[in-house]
Order: sequence, then C-alpha cells, then structure tokens
Amino acid sequence: MDFAQSDDFGACLGLWAGSWIREMAMDVALKKALIEDCAKVIAEHADELTSLDRAIGDGDHGLNMKRGFESLLPDAGSLASRPLPDMLKAIGTQLVMKVGGASGPLYGTLFLSLAKEISGSPNSENARTAFASAIEAVKARGKSEVGQKTMLDVLAPVLAAWDHRAGIASHLSETARQAAEATIPMKAIRGRASFLGDRSIGHMDPGARSSSLLIATIAKHFGA
Amino acid sequence: MANVGIVIVSHSEKVAEGAADMVRQMVGDAVPLAYTGGNSEGGLGTDVARIMDAIDRAWSEAGVAVLVDLGGAETNTEMAIEMIDETKQQRIVICNAPIVEGAVIAATEASGGSPLDIVKQTAEELSPQ
Repeated sequence: MDFAQSDDFGACLGLWAGSWIREMAMDVALKKALIEDCAKVIAEHADELTSLDRAIGDGDHGLNMKRGFESLLPDAGSLASRPLPDMLKAIGTQLVMKVGGASGPLYGTLFLSLAKEISGSPNSENARTAFASAIEAVKARGKSEVGQKTMLDVLAPVLAAWDHRAGIASHLSETARQAAEATIPMKAIRGRASFLGDRSIGHMDPGARSSSLLIATIAKHFGA
Repeated sequence: MANVGIVIVSHSEKVAEGAADMVRQMVGDAVPLAYTGGNSEGGLGTDVARIMDAIDRAWSEAGVAVLVDLGGAETNTEMAIEMIDETKQQRIVICNAPIVEGAVIAATEASGGSPLDIVKQTAEELSPQ
C-alpha cells in the first residue's frame, strides 16, 4: 500500500486506516509492521518518557508503555491477520490489561473506540470519524479536555489538521511534534502532574510525547 | 440479603493490605472484603485484571463499593467495571473518599446491612464537595 502519492494526509492520520483509494482490506504485512514499529519506538524512547514523567508525575510512563506495547509483539502476526477492527480491539484490550498506569485505560480506550467505528477497509472519512470518536472516548475516560497538559493536546491538534489541511504525512508528524512541544508551557489540570500546580509548567507532558511518537511512527508508513 | 462488599484499590499493595487490616479490625468478617495494589509486575501501580479479580472476590448480591487512592487507580477501576459482566456493573460503585478512612467507614456502614447507595454516601460524607 502506498500513500506516498496521496495529497490527502487524512489517511495518514487514520491510525491504521486502510486505503480509501483502492477500498481494499488493510494489508497484513503493513499491520504487522505498524504494531512492531510502535512497540519499537516506545521501547527506544522509554527512558525519555520515564524521565519526562519523573519531572512532573510518578516516573513510570516509559516503563508502563514499554511493557504494554512489547506485550503485543509475540502476537503481532496473529493480531495483524485479523480484520482491522478486531485487531484494534485486541490491541486496546491488551494495553488496558498490561500498561498498568492511567495511560493503560487511556490508550486502551483510544484503540477500543477506534475499533468500534472503523471499517475493515476504511476510507479517509471513516478513519477521521473513528479518530474523532476515539478522542471523545479518551476525554470521557480521563475526565479531561484539551488544554490540560495531556495526550489530548496532541490528539486534538492532529484531528484539527486532518480536518482543515491537505498535505502529506510529514505534516502529521510535524503537527504532533509541535503539539507535544506546546504542552511545555501548559499548567497541568489533570493527572498526577496537576498536584504540582504551577511547577508543572516548563516540562513536556509525557503522554503528549508518547502520543506524538506513535503518530509519527504510524505516519511514516503512509508516505511521510 | 448479604452485606455490601468492599474493595480497596491502591497503587501500593502495602497500603491496600494495611487499609484492609484496619477494615477487618472494625468489622471482622461481616462484610466481603478484597484488596489489590501494585501493577502486574509487583511495582507501584494499578492493574485492571487484579481489580476485576478483587471485585469478584468481594462480590455480594448487594453490590460492591470500591475505594481508590490516586487518579490511575480510579481510571483503571472504571475500566475494570466496564469489563465486568453487565448485570453486575450497576451494583459496583467507586466512592469519592479517602482510601483508608473511606474503606473503614464504608465497611462499618455495610456491616449494618445498609444498601449500596447509603454505603457510598456515608463514605463520601468524609470529603464534602
């Protein structure tokens, strides 16, 4: 599947959305690579995530995320062979059960919600709708809104870029990266970091960072 | 009808166990009681599967009141409740109360045969909004 020629980066934002060009079920090899690469990028950045979390939280985000995503690896092949909604549901459930911290139910909810809305061969609109619903589900799970120094501060700008801009997948990575950076001056309102009040200002939110890493990794497979 | 069950969910197994000890000292075996603390690797944290198991162990037809400590414990407990059999979900509540005091007071209320909503309300009176 090649999204390189597409100028609609909506599909790139589709968090494992398939081709709306060919309307075919998503390729097994691609799905497997996405799972493996997401686990890899989290493992590679585990220390960084933990360090960010140590500054304003309980210092377990990197380890928790690494444990959760690496637990997908032994089953990556069988997960990838499932239809996209089934695969996302299984990933969401696994993250809920394995990550351990608050990020387990939050990322788990993101994937479980995507699974509910996405089709086996999603077009751009279906993928965007699923992503929008998933963001709402994460808001409900975390009782949080945009602007509170959380992963939502990456997810929401990515959705907004999807709505209003056209481009290639690099825009997606860049939007996510900038959005994570933009959490640095924010004051945390939700989560452990909120205990710090004003002292949470000046640090990047670890959940925003992990979200931007995952989005950039996924985008790379769609032509960035 | 059986008394409401109490579940204690802390990031720390020691905190959860200690709170459960204090509950037992107060109410003995009059209420079903279970606790869980720590993540799946035994470190500090909370774990959905362990929470589901604790709710199961403390299950009562009158329902279960759950006491949690910090945010992740609450989020993981909410997730656990959603993954439990739907017929039971409406009889599981999270009390917005301090974990130790809340557990002791909720259990004391439950030991007198109070229904779930009263058990929750009594625990939550500890932390007026």
